[in-house]
Amino acid sequence: MLELEHIAWDTPEGENIIHDISLNIEEGRLAVITGPNGGGKTTTAKLIAGLITPASGKIYFDGQDITDMDITARANAGIAYAFQQPVRFKGLSVRDILELSAGRELNEGELCGLLGKVGLCANDYIDRELNAGLSGGEMKRIEIATVLARDAKLSVFDEPEAGIDLWSFSKLVEAFKEIQKEKRGTLLIISHQERILEIADEIIVVAKGRVRAAGAREEILPSLLKDEMSNMCPLDKG
Amino acid sequence: MSVEVTMNEVTKELLKEVSDYKGEFKGAFNIREDGQCVGRQNSENIKIESKEDGSGIEVHIAPDTQGERVYIPACITRSKVSDLVYNDFFVGDGADVIIIAGCGIHTDNEGEAKHNGIHRFFLGKGSHVLYQEKHLGKGRRLDAFRRIDPVTDAVLSEDSCLEMDTVQLGGVDSTVRKTTAKLEKGARLLVRERIMTDGEDRAETDFYVEMNGEDSAVDLVSRSVAKGDSYQEFKSVIVGNEKCKGHSECDAILVGNGRVKALPALEAANLDAELVHEAAIGKIAGEQIIKLKTLGLTEEEAEEKIISGFLK
Repeated sequence: MLELEHIAWDTPEGENIIHDISLNIEEGRLAVITGPNGGGKTTTAKLIAGLITPASGKIYFDGQDITDMDITARANAGIAYAFQQPVRFKGLSVRDILELSAGRELNEGELCGLLGKVGLCANDYIDRELNAGLSGGEMKRIEIATVLARDAKLSVFDEPEAGIDLWSFSKLVEAFKEIQKEKRGTLLIISHQERILEIADEIIVVAKGRVRAAGAREEILPSLLKDEMSNMCPLDKG
Repeated sequence: MSVEVTMNEVTKELLKEVSDYKGEFKGAFNIREDGQCVGRQNSENIKIESKEDGSGIEVHIAPDTQGERVYIPACITRSKVSDLVYNDFFVGDGADVIIIAGCGIHTDNEGEAKHNGIHRFFLGKGSHVLYQEKHLGKGRRLDAFRRIDPVTDAVLSEDSCLEMDTVQLGGVDSTVRKTTAKLEKGARLLVRERIMTDGEDRAETDFYVEMNGEDSAVDLVSRSVAKGDSYQEFKSVIVGNEKCKGHSECDAILVGNGRVKALPALEAANLDAELVHEAAIGKIAGEQIIKLKTLGLTEEEAEEKIISGFLK
């Protein structure tokens, strides 16, 4: 349902970040992109959501070429994207952003369900503004809830574990497993977390702007862990 | 106790927008139209009287009055009207009331229409007032000039609290808003101001707050959006003469060629006066628009949502 075909991307300053990425994710799967910092994972997520446009290559979603589509058109086509660094809004409340995400008004039960999945109590949060009064961890969990609220065909999460406490993270892993089990949508998660890697159907290792390895979890995960134990960079061996 | 209300249809329409009017006001009210009183009603606890010199009204709120509302809207429905009114509010000790003041100007012909409301508040000990004020300009002709210049002077006695919630979201060509307040021991002043200007509009807002009593506090938050070629100026002076807490925050969003000048000032004359000011002026953050676009909104929808939320 999502296919990247020889994608390349350079920074506006001309630095080549993504050399050549091709990948294919099938519908209803949970795919995890992992790899070292600076390897091009977040850039890949932004290319999929349309925040940046590739210098060359093609992106197909649901059989449609979306390479030249803007962010709004991709969102309306069914792509949701959780930012690594959530954005704050003076004046918009948690309820406002969740309702914008869902595209309709939400009742208390629905708000409670969404926020519960990220370990937040709706009563304490729905009327709070998305301003500096919320901690980084709270903002991150609300950001993830905005993507869960969209119930999209494809949901992309950029390092959902970053800044989240252990308990909320466990709930989040459960939420991902639930979507996976019920085949409610395709998930693409950028993560370094073993617990996320362990629930993946597929793992894609991205390093130095290329796909180093890709395949079923059973095939990729053991070699990742083995290389980690050997205290060497597992991804840089060519 | 009720009297006949003889206001025109334009006033009725304006009142719906500035004073939440739904065919009648419940409680005490005084409706002013084109410089004249067109309806007044007292309640058991709230008495509205004309000043002897005819320059405005006095509103007397009995001590310990609880939960009542007073409506004092002023509307101007034609141009070449210059309305100046002095309204004094005497709030009894321990009273807790809502005062709803709205000013609407609707002019379809050329020339200036102007309303100056000079409001003085005297809050008794332990009283609480929520003062809501909405300003609006409407009408077809572009060469009409609508001007609203409100002046508010408040004296807050011991342990009293004045919450000012003021909104002006368009159609007023020029406004100069001056607010002064003197706070005694334990008194609190909370201000929430929202202003949006567009075209060639000009809005100035000017606060001067003196905290003269121990443990008094002021929290002043101004949010504004300047669009088109409009210009806004925010001035605030917070003076702490005793152990007190003062906070002011001025946030402005610029759209198009809008300009905003912020001149905040703090003056502390006591070692235990804690005074803080925050100010930020800038365009809508690009990442905010991107986030809303990832939710399926267009750029225009995202901007509108961000601005309406900011001024909510």
